[in-house]
Amino acid sequence: MACVTAKGLWKSYGEHVVLENINLEIGEHEFVTIVGASGCGKSTLLRLLVGMEKPSRGALLIDGQPVPPEPGANRGIVFQQYSPFPHLTVLGNMLLGLELRSSRFLGRLFGERRRAAIRKADQLLEIVGLTSARAKYPAQLSGGMQQRLSIAQSVICEPRLLLLDEPFGALDPGLTADMHKLILELWSANRMAVFMTTHDLQEAFHLGTRLIVLDKVRHDPQAPDAYGSRVTYDLRLHRATELRVALTA
Amino acid sequence: MTRVVNRIPGRGAGIALGLVPFVATALLYLVGSQVRSAANPDDKLLPTPARLAETLRTYAAHEDVRSGQVLFWVDTAASLERLTLALVISAALGLLIGLAVGTVPVLRAALAPFVAALAMIPPLAILPILFIVLGLGELAKVALIVIGLTPVIARDISLRAGELPAEQLVKAQTLGASSWQLVSRVILPQMWPRLIDVVRLQLGAAWLFLIAAEAIASTDGLGYRIFLVRRYLAMDVILPYVAWITLLALVIDWLLRQLRARAFAWAR
Repeated sequence: MACVTAKGLWKSYGEHVVLENINLEIGEHEFVTIVGASGCGKSTLLRLLVGMEKPSRGALLIDGQPVPPEPGANRGIVFQQYSPFPHLTVLGNMLLGLELRSSRFLGRLFGERRRAAIRKADQLLEIVGLTSARAKYPAQLSGGMQQRLSIAQSVICEPRLLLLDEPFGALDPGLTADMHKLILELWSANRMAVFMTTHDLQEAFHLGTRLIVLDKVRHDPQAPDAYGSRVTYDLRLHRATELRVALTA
Repeated sequence: MTRVVNRIPGRGAGIALGLVPFVATALLYLVGSQVRSAANPDDKLLPTPARLAETLRTYAAHEDVRSGQVLFWVDTAASLERLTLALVISAALGLLIGLAVGTVPVLRAALAPFVAALAMIPPLAILPILFIVLGLGELAKVALIVIGLTPVIARDISLRAGELPAEQLVKAQTLGASSWQLVSRVILPQMWPRLIDVVRLQLGAAWLFLIAAEAIASTDGLGYRIFLVRRYLAMDVILPYVAWITLLALVIDWLLRQLRARAFAWAR
């Protein structure tokens, strides 16, 4: 059963074609890494998936349904920066998603339900190694900690799809190994498909079960914007997956 | 030799430097008043410190012969009441309008041009209208300040709300936030410190409108008193009143700053 399907998907801004004729079938619980040069439309694809943008032509389906025109709770997203809410503590950030969905008006939980939510948040904070920072505000955290928080914040809502837009791009190279281990752990522990864009081909091979390369096939020197990117490589990385699951288990 | 821009005064030196302009102004005044009172003991323009203290004592510690009230405190209470009431109302209105304009595109389309136009009306120009429509009571004076402050606060809040990173709002929606929850749990909480900042910045304007309103139609208040005694060139009343107004403004400013630092530690 395909989780995400793109059929003849185009995205253009006026005359500027960004993506052309994208066709994809992504199964459940895949880890899709998307690589390509700057401006090739990697982020645009994620923006289409989250609902910040609408396809210009063609169809983009999640579980057989067109992607709604606005962001929703079944698709979590982690941006390169700005993700955690500065006015909430680490714990508050973790609780937010749980509170929003179970308390429509106040957006807050009380009593036993709050304690249950805190237990759930604490479990995940333990996994992402933020237990000791639980009472701090995002401004007091390092970039890596903020990213871990942002990922955990989305994962706690158990999204169908987790979208990561160059999540480790702004981090210290030394930190990325830890982050890779963490994201794989979270991915194998949850029934979700991951879409991650990256500049780093090695990272893409290491993490993905599916590697997608976006690139412009056609060029018109007179009109550089006339053609968009296509899927030039679509690799299934099965062996790597088994190895990795074995490693993280 | 380090550059001037890199020379940072220590704590003590900083305080001392900060005091210099105050001391210099006071000295200048002392010299001036000495010179003038030496030439004319009844000088009204630059009363001596003794004279200022004497007048202040009469106003702040003795009942007025005619009304039986201690004028200084009656004036202070009247002005502060108008000012706080107006600040609270304009902050609430400004926050409400600013959030509406800043977060809901339909309301932005409907309200933003109107608020922008409203903000351009010089409030003092419509003071006569307020007096005609609302009478000469408290309402007109409070309304003047509210009309002067609300559009500025509303525009500031709407700008700040618009400056929140789009990523943050998308993130909140992927966590399941409805429009209402987005405003109440993500945007509004981040606007509180900004609201305090803009109210602090508008304190000067608030006092300006208050004193203008009191000067024109009032029977008490700090602004009323200053403009009343102006007829007698009573600098010995005006100067302490001005100093007192300044002190009150500084204290209000300091209180707001404390509130911001304590209640919104995350925003530092």
